[in-house]
Amino acid sequence: MGSPILRLIAQRIALGVLLLFAVSVLIFVGTQILPGDVAQSILGQSATPEALANLRAELGLNEPAIVRYFQWLGGVLTGDLGTALTSRQDIATAIGGRLWNTLFLAFWAAIVSVPLAILLGLLAVRYRNGVIDKSISGFALASTSLPEFFIGYLLVFFFAVKLQWFPGISTVYDGMPFIERMRAIALPATALTLVVLAHMMRMTRAAILNVMQSAYVETAELKGLSQFDIIRRHAFPNAIAPIVNVVMLNLAFLVVGVVVVEVIFVYPGMGQYLVDHVTKRDVPVVQAVGLIFAAVYITLNMIADIAAILANPRLRHPK
Amino acid sequence: MFNLKSITISAWIGLFFTALFLFCAIFAPWIAPYGKAQIVGGVWEPMSSQYWLGTDNLGRDLLSRMIYGARTTVFIAAMATALSFSLGSILGFAAAVLGGWFDTIMSRFVDLLMAIPTLIFGLVVLSVLPTTIVTLILVMGILDSTRVYRLSRAVAVDINVMDYVEAAKLRGEGMGWIIFREILPNALSPLVSELGLRFIYAVLFLSALSFLGLGVQPPEADWGGMVKENKEGIVFGIPAALIPAAAIAALAISVNLVADWVLNRTTSLKGGRG
Repeated sequence: MGSPILRLIAQRIALGVLLLFAVSVLIFVGTQILPGDVAQSILGQSATPEALANLRAELGLNEPAIVRYFQWLGGVLTGDLGTALTSRQDIATAIGGRLWNTLFLAFWAAIVSVPLAILLGLLAVRYRNGVIDKSISGFALASTSLPEFFIGYLLVFFFAVKLQWFPGISTVYDGMPFIERMRAIALPATALTLVVLAHMMRMTRAAILNVMQSAYVETAELKGLSQFDIIRRHAFPNAIAPIVNVVMLNLAFLVVGVVVVEVIFVYPGMGQYLVDHVTKRDVPVVQAVGLIFAAVYITLNMIADIAAILANPRLRHPK
Repeated sequence: MFNLKSITISAWIGLFFTALFLFCAIFAPWIAPYGKAQIVGGVWEPMSSQYWLGTDNLGRDLLSRMIYGARTTVFIAAMATALSFSLGSILGFAAAVLGGWFDTIMSRFVDLLMAIPTLIFGLVVLSVLPTTIVTLILVMGILDSTRVYRLSRAVAVDINVMDYVEAAKLRGEGMGWIIFREILPNALSPLVSELGLRFIYAVLFLSALSFLGLGVQPPEADWGGMVKENKEGIVFGIPAALIPAAAIAALAISVNLVADWVLNRTTSLKGGRG
């Protein structure tokens, strides 16, 4: 019994690793698609030929792309992400603290949003087509159409400027007391929660509703179980796999939402670092950070698949 | 086909606001009270009878900029959606009809592109590309066409095995005929309801890029860029940045309402299930 599951999981992990390599190629190629070259686009049209030649030599542009790719990949695999063009800093050192900040923010957003979304999704199913369900669906529809910065600046406007409960700019630094840190991330974490909540809630509702329409739930209804017992004992266990899937997909979503939210609240995380360096056209930094974001995204998707395999025995026997 | 009574209240609201935004976008130079870049007053003046929405961070009339911004936002989003639809659906149909290696290569490549979050890959590519409107449309359109590709391939695979397509193939019709005359008309209704969603996505994506300073560059302005220009005011309690942000939300919600209604209508035509 154990070995086919292990084999399936191993296959999925191998697929994930393969995908990650393919993505690294894509990110590398994505920064080489210009008609000119990177040096030209960094320095602009008015660059002197000497400056161009210097930068080209520094970036190693005189070597063929495939050699540069493997040098870059080799560096990444050994933890050397290269040096930033603009600040001349080692990228891995610069990223360290920021990665931790971003994970801290995403962690608290997830802690709040996941249970809340599942609870609201369950409530929506329990009182289906009632006022609660309608208002939850309405809220969900509205909030999938809201841009992140609308939610973010509304929060800043009311809670930071009008009520002055929380700071509008989330400065965090090393050695900051935990309570202070939590106060600083209160607004960005709320914004992130609101960004993913609706989607997660709607998919939870759909997953449970799907289960609720199956024959065994009808049987449970006919034998006289209460609505809540049906959800708790029959519907929920069968809906776990799709819900875990939804949660993971939304955590992946969170990783992307973080980019905009960090810029709104001037939070010193990975997203801000990425956006800053895209503006400065600092290609090595963009490649490294882009790869990290993609790796987190792919890993979360992989965990979602593995959780689905574990929770649903039917997926263990493909075809 | 067009029975006015079948339009729900929410669809009416959606249609009204969508039409309003389109009207602003098309007739911007005629209805805007001031010029796009004309400095008319002080910085961040409050709403008044002279400046309905107040002025922005450089003292330009916010209402006029909103109206011109509608033009930029709607135009770029519509072009990107058009590109993603033509590219995605033609390649998707072709993959379904041709099958074989073309299908395999295209589908694996789309899987690969979708393995990276769109915004992240967009940022990576924009770090080396010049930020012009054409680049924006191309990047947005191509990245988004992956989703259209998946949908149209899935729809076309089902249609491709229908008797009338078989008949057309036996008649000796070419690829173009099969894609445009047999598959396209039958795949239209799921694609049309997807159109609204992709347009919303394009509006939000463009706004996010402009907000990050990587989309439309000044002096041109779209709504996302206007949020960026006015965001410093928020800390002083000046809500100027919230107005373009709210406009983006209103546009997205109203298109969503219309798309929802179209989706319900097309599924009810098919007997409820879709």
